[in-house]
Amino acid sequence: MKKTQVAIIGAGPAGLAAAIEIARAGGEVTLLDENHKPGGQLFKQIHKFFGSGEHRAGIRGFKIGEQLLEDTEKLGVNVLLDSPVYSIFEDFVIGYTHDGREKAIQAERIILATGASENALAFPGCTLPGVMGAGAAQTMINVHRVLPGKKIIMVGSGNVGLIVSYQLLQAGADVVALIEAAPEIGGYGVHASKIRRAGVAIYTSHTIQEVIGEDSVEGAVIVGLDEEWRPIKGTEKFIEVDTVCIAVGLSPLAELAWLAGCEFAFVPSLGGHIPKHDRNMETTIKGLYVAGDLTGIEEASSAMEEGRLAGIACAESLGLYSEEKARHLKEKVWARLDALRTGPFGERRRDAKRKLMDLMEGGADIG
Amino acid sequence: MAKGIKKTGIPSWEELKASPGLPDADRLEEGPVAFIECVQEIPCNPCEDVCPFGAIEVGSPITNLPKLYGKKCTGCGLCVAACPGLVIFKVHKNYTDSTSLVEFPFEYHPLPKTGKTVRCVNREGKFVVEGKVVKVRNPKQFDATPLITVEVPKKYFLEVRSIERKRWC
Amino acid sequence: MRVKHHPILGEDRRKEDATIIVDGRKIKAIAGEPIAAALMAAGIRVFRKTPKKNQPRGVFCAIGRCTDCVMTVNGIPNVRTCVTPVEDGMVIETQNGLGKWREIR
Repeated sequence: MKKTQVAIIGAGPAGLAAAIEIARAGGEVTLLDENHKPGGQLFKQIHKFFGSGEHRAGIRGFKIGEQLLEDTEKLGVNVLLDSPVYSIFEDFVIGYTHDGREKAIQAERIILATGASENALAFPGCTLPGVMGAGAAQTMINVHRVLPGKKIIMVGSGNVGLIVSYQLLQAGADVVALIEAAPEIGGYGVHASKIRRAGVAIYTSHTIQEVIGEDSVEGAVIVGLDEEWRPIKGTEKFIEVDTVCIAVGLSPLAELAWLAGCEFAFVPSLGGHIPKHDRNMETTIKGLYVAGDLTGIEEASSAMEEGRLAGIACAESLGLYSEEKARHLKEKVWARLDALRTGPFGERRRDAKRKLMDLMEGGADIG
Repeated sequence: MAKGIKKTGIPSWEELKASPGLPDADRLEEGPVAFIECVQEIPCNPCEDVCPFGAIEVGSPITNLPKLYGKKCTGCGLCVAACPGLVIFKVHKNYTDSTSLVEFPFEYHPLPKTGKTVRCVNREGKFVVEGKVVKVRNPKQFDATPLITVEVPKKYFLEVRSIERKRWC
Repeated sequence: MRVKHHPILGEDRRKEDATIIVDGRKIKAIAGEPIAAALMAAGIRVFRKTPKKNQPRGVFCAIGRCTDCVMTVNGIPNVRTCVTPVEDGMVIETQNGLGKWREIR
């Protein structure tokens, strides 16, 4: 059986950043990904990132992706593409398939960076062709350069809903409306301002009542919500659209962590069931690390920092870094992570993350 | 009608006035200056990094709202292109006796041509007035965030913030 | 419809260099792009019909997770079209229910 020092599953921002850290420390890394190309969802991020210079702020996501790929190549990271991992067995034997054949690789350490998938939303007509994830539309326009529709309604005002609305406009579509069930816009105001200037109407306290169409979307009925989130009769409004994009959050892709036997905590503010982990990103299974959206839904900048953290801690455990050197490196990453998790938007995530990490030291369960 | 950035996606005048990124009334009279409409504490500081004159301060933590030092600002516009949130504008109130200039980021295709008359819109995307494109800047350094300058009647310099997109689709 | 011009990504200079056959109709596509992208560019939205109620389904996640976009490709049913690259001459069929395995000459 093939062996590797560190196996990383998922070649998105977290996995790539982790691989780079380990290779930089002199470790031998195998990075597995089910996709045909590495980069995860980073290559569809065409906007300039927030943060500070050290987070590579002001640089567009796909350019950060290109840099990460260049680094992994330079450092000699072994990347196995088209290789979906289906399980982790005893003694860190990883089962995956490639070209229709079963394969296995055994690792001394494993880092899971499997990311997240988009949540669906149930309403009459939600399965009609033309109803799709906002991230799906983003993949189509920015990676494959195809418009999913011409007149679009966006459901959800988190950063994904706001950013993808903007990018749909940039790709040439019309976003007719953005609706949000909560009484306030969820994502950054700057993203909302951008699409407002472009003429997109934002309806807060509104939800989608139904989507109408024979074989695909022909229109949507939206409805106002009262203070207790109940539809208000008489406020229904028909909007003619050919596409409905759903941006109602993401859920961690945690299957492999479950299969490996990690202990979990349920943290709704981080997206659901999250594998418990400590400040080294190590789970309840010694030698098994996690990073990125799998450990709580955030954004690519923090995923990369978490990947670095997991990479450094992993390298330390393999003796590639002295304790002191590792501590110094980790402190720098933590300072950057904390900076990303400040302010009214970041604090909630920071507090949830802290509680989650406290759990590893025997803290009370999170409600 | 509810107001404010969290409700509408548009900063209210109260929110704008309370933000430290706006030039004061005297500075507006003196010539081109940055007009920073950043009213939410998000972790971000490229505007501070890009300013060659130290006219913008975010400091630590990076969620601080950017503070504009109007006296140091030369109106170069580098921050307008660097802001990932696209909420920095450049205004030149007294361009002529009767007109002002407003420069804004415009990441759409196609770009308007210099000299053309365009339909200028406010923060809501609503048509305000016709204006003339006096400059289109899109150097490599701006990384695909082109800046458009429009000349508009003076009374609209605080209102005009973009132009209508051309539909090619 | 294809996004030919883009303010950030620039012009798309790829050529439609492949032909695929979708339910007997020839469609131009770009070799290597996902089948789902080629169909979307051609305005095709219904990829399959559900087994019990015969309801239409199309692309939902576009990253290979949800399996809503599966079709019969070269005689093999349940192929995720959003992550399967186009090859010249591919035969693609709207899938009814769970589909059927069969040889394509």
